[in-house]
Amino acid sequence: MKEMIIIIMSAILVENFVLSKFLGICPFLGVSKKLSPALGMSGAVVFVMTIASAVTWLVNQFLLVPYGLEYLQTIAFILVIAALVQFVETVLKKFVPPLYKALGIYLPLITTNCAVLGVALLNIQKEYNFLQSVVYGFGAGAGFTLALVLFAGVRERMEKCDIPECLKGVPISLIAAALVSVAFFGFQGLFAN
Amino acid sequence: MNALKTLTNGLVKENPTLRLVLGTCPTLAVTTSAINGIGMGLAATAVLLGSNVVISLTRKLIPDKVRIPAFITIIAGFVTIVQFLLKAYLPSLDKALGIFIPLIVVNCIILARAEMFASKNNVFLSALDGIGMGLGFTLALIIIGSIRELIGNGTIFGAKVTADLFDPAIIAILPPGGFLVFGTVIGLLNKFTTMKVKATGCQACGMNCGTSSCGAAGKEVAS
Repeated sequence: MKEMIIIIMSAILVENFVLSKFLGICPFLGVSKKLSPALGMSGAVVFVMTIASAVTWLVNQFLLVPYGLEYLQTIAFILVIAALVQFVETVLKKFVPPLYKALGIYLPLITTNCAVLGVALLNIQKEYNFLQSVVYGFGAGAGFTLALVLFAGVRERMEKCDIPECLKGVPISLIAAALVSVAFFGFQGLFAN
Repeated sequence: MNALKTLTNGLVKENPTLRLVLGTCPTLAVTTSAINGIGMGLAATAVLLGSNVVISLTRKLIPDKVRIPAFITIIAGFVTIVQFLLKAYLPSLDKALGIFIPLIVVNCIILARAEMFASKNNVFLSALDGIGMGLGFTLALIIIGSIRELIGNGTIFGAKVTADLFDPAIIAILPPGGFLVFGTVIGLLNKFTTMKVKATGCQACGMNCGTSSCGAAGKEVAS
């Protein structure tokens, strides 16, 4: 149990996917303009990352490794994730309409979110077992959520600021992200492992 | 003439990183030194060249509805090739770039060029476009990598430059420095050149990572 908590907390704070591993920067910059889409997007990411961690781990363990096909990991994972996203979307639409309504439009955009493929590859690299992979996937998604929601708050405030012309848009967002990232850097060394 | 234009388009006018702000993840992650920047840039260039050529060759065969999955599969194939070549011949670089080599698959630049250029143009132009865009990406990574390495480590390409003049500010090669230097470089380009950042971001690639404005593109893929 303690181990699981450490995996989750370090994925959220110490090795935050967005702010210290640089995975999922596109949606981080893209949907952080307002709080509500940021929440919808992060919900979808947590959901897909958790399921994708589980499925890619199973695919790797029971299909790729036994047949010596590890070299197909990249191709297999991206296709599995693409199919999975499609599948999740269809299932939600049919059986859980309220959840589909909240996350629906963000789901197709997640296929090529590098955080999802990233978490699948990291699970293999870190040699996690099934449960650890799922927990890590969830933690990484939660870290993404925290970063995205915090940053959306920062950007909503920035709208009202007087920003030099040349920094408007992307540059000032990146510089603000640097400051948020510095804050997260303070968590470094929180868990000695 | 047209060929030359296509080739240089990606270098300056539509530089994928500094003008279109695509492929931000690898840009931030691997630019802790100039040499890593070159490695990543050239690896992506190789994939871009390969995928552009193959996609251009098969553009009349791939049905429109399944084009994105088809593109991704082609790209993933080339990424796997590059991954193994690096593992075999440049193991140290492979280690430094880590999971960002397999993550070239989901690099917006490559899918964007497949969607916007290779699927509409002939093989020759697509190859040139791939090389131009790839070199533009490499150039941007070298610039950002050099600045971060200079400030954070006092060196460029591992050669001492300012190491004795002042204590290097390590923050530049840590994650926050990546955001800061990238943001500042784009800001300075805005200030001192006439060309504005187009900031199409993810919009430029047929589908992608989640700009709300490209929801429409995402929907299309889903259908």
